[in-house]
Amino acid sequence: MASHYEAPIREPLIIGDKSYHDITKDVAAPVEGKANKQWWIVFIISMAAFLWGAGCMLYTIGTGIGTWGLNKTVGWAWDITNFVWWVGIGHAGTLISAVLLLFRQKWRMAINRSAEAMTIFAVVQAGLFPIIHMGRPWMGYWVLPIPNQFGSLWTNFNSPLLWDVFAISTYLSVSLVFWWTGLLPDFAMLRDRAVRPFQKKIYGLLSFGWSGRAKDWQRFEEVSLVLAGLATPLVLSVHTIVSMDFATSVIPGWHTTIFPPYFVAGAVFSGFAMVQTLLIIMRKVSNLEAYITLQHIELMNIIIMVTGSIVGCAYITELFVAWYSGVEYEQYAFLNRATGPYAWAYWLMMTCNVFSPQFMWSKKLRTSIIFSFGISIVVNIGMWFERFVIIVTSLHRDYLPSSWTMFSPSFVDIGIYVGTIGFFFVLFLLYARTFPVIAQAEVKSILKSSGENYKKLRDGNHE
Amino acid sequence: MSSKVVQALYNDDDVLMHAVKEVRAADHHIEEVFTPFPVHGLDKAMGLPHTRIAIAAFCYGLVGLAFATWMMNYMMIQNWPQDIGGKPSMSFWYNMPSFVPIMFELTVFCAAHLMVITFYMRSKLWPFKEAENPDPRTTDDMFLMEVSVKGNEEELTAFLQNTGAVEIKVTEKH
Repeated sequence: MASHYEAPIREPLIIGDKSYHDITKDVAAPVEGKANKQWWIVFIISMAAFLWGAGCMLYTIGTGIGTWGLNKTVGWAWDITNFVWWVGIGHAGTLISAVLLLFRQKWRMAINRSAEAMTIFAVVQAGLFPIIHMGRPWMGYWVLPIPNQFGSLWTNFNSPLLWDVFAISTYLSVSLVFWWTGLLPDFAMLRDRAVRPFQKKIYGLLSFGWSGRAKDWQRFEEVSLVLAGLATPLVLSVHTIVSMDFATSVIPGWHTTIFPPYFVAGAVFSGFAMVQTLLIIMRKVSNLEAYITLQHIELMNIIIMVTGSIVGCAYITELFVAWYSGVEYEQYAFLNRATGPYAWAYWLMMTCNVFSPQFMWSKKLRTSIIFSFGISIVVNIGMWFERFVIIVTSLHRDYLPSSWTMFSPSFVDIGIYVGTIGFFFVLFLLYARTFPVIAQAEVKSILKSSGENYKKLRDGNHE
Repeated sequence: MSSKVVQALYNDDDVLMHAVKEVRAADHHIEEVFTPFPVHGLDKAMGLPHTRIAIAAFCYGLVGLAFATWMMNYMMIQNWPQDIGGKPSMSFWYNMPSFVPIMFELTVFCAAHLMVITFYMRSKLWPFKEAENPDPRTTDDMFLMEVSVKGNEEELTAFLQNTGAVEIKVTEKH
């Protein structure tokens, strides 16, 4: 037992008298069982939303961007707001699987699989917007520097929108292989348990013939570590590049050097909130309360509190610098946010992002599941408005008062957003029924150090 | 040529670790160990050499960086040195800050993907690969050690029995 020593002060991460086999059974249960009625209801609602959104996208592409609420002054609104929002949500998955791995946080193990799934599905939603917001999306492949018959006409590598193409595609593809490599041992577990030949075939295919040799594990761990080391700067760079869509512009309210770290902090903030929302439901419906414990929820709340405070700090910094700058355009941009026609959006954002995470200082509130769930929703609403406020309030009133205008979304704008939420949940619900939602191989490796039964045994022995 | 192996199953990772050390000390050759999760220190106990995959990843990263630098220098500076918004196109270094994001992304892209592909190739993993773990329980909660038989078979099984194995099987290795 000495090899598994852990400080007695640490709370157990796996509740109950679990053995290795119990972990296998608990993780495999949702996959091997049948979907219940609620699953089908939620799935059908999500599917309907997705289909509605898909219709709106086809309508946009067939008829033109003019179906949206954009105008000559405000050329970006819901499209890029949703894009940045979805990319931001995706970031928590990588944070949990990569950054927490580098910091050797054992509590990540029960949540990393679902957080990474969330990343993948959120980035897929985000990836739709850069394409559908194009006026001529069928020319979308022109963003790629492919040798061609126009005398080899290349792309312009000075544009952050092209950096976005590289950042998002790298991010999605690296996250995908990181996630998939981690899934191999778990698919192998499902393959070896499968009784129906079809399931055995499918999981045999998905698990790439994983056999769990000592050498495979050695390489597996090294690959995970290096990927975590690569994914960490990747996640910081991706949202940095997304933030540069604004920060490198000349628009007052956009042209700021604080955007890269501030957007990243906001991404972690909103991403963790989304993980919280999903996992609070998942632990209940998939009977995984022994693995996703109150301690996990509390630790995520603490991260939400920390990143929420960083975001709050950034808001104050922006306001201070606007005042300190002596640039009227900059000063007016912030005055407009706080008192202009979109003040309601600004104050809603402030309330949701700056005040709500501060409740987490209270132990009583941050260990309340209902309260955490509520806050996690509030944070995501607030972070949507953060992107909306940054984009729209900076555009609708800038240098020339003759160009001042307003923005209001059309039903197509809203429909597409609703559609991506539907698509996200369609993917996540399918995932929850077919994938091992907890990285069982990793959880097994911490059972002896952090399992409640083993901890009790050690405490009894007065080690 | 056929050779026999003894497959000893264990139900605990600590017992397995102990057994691996004993088997090594007794100078038996461990063919393979199959475990359901990464048992830390097992590779060291078995005497497996360290993996060099991180070194490979570093080299792949350099390839990505070199490719990005070459590509953008060729397209933006050599082939079509145009004035786009007043950006200096006469020298790579003058316009370099704009190239940094893509240089970074391609470095990560190549390092990550080529390393993962290397891992899949070296560990022989691909979609239609047949699993090779001799017992399906080794992905659940059992640990299997394969020891090649040289000399006395009974002696070896008895020895493995003493290391805490819960099941012992002698099979022909293909």
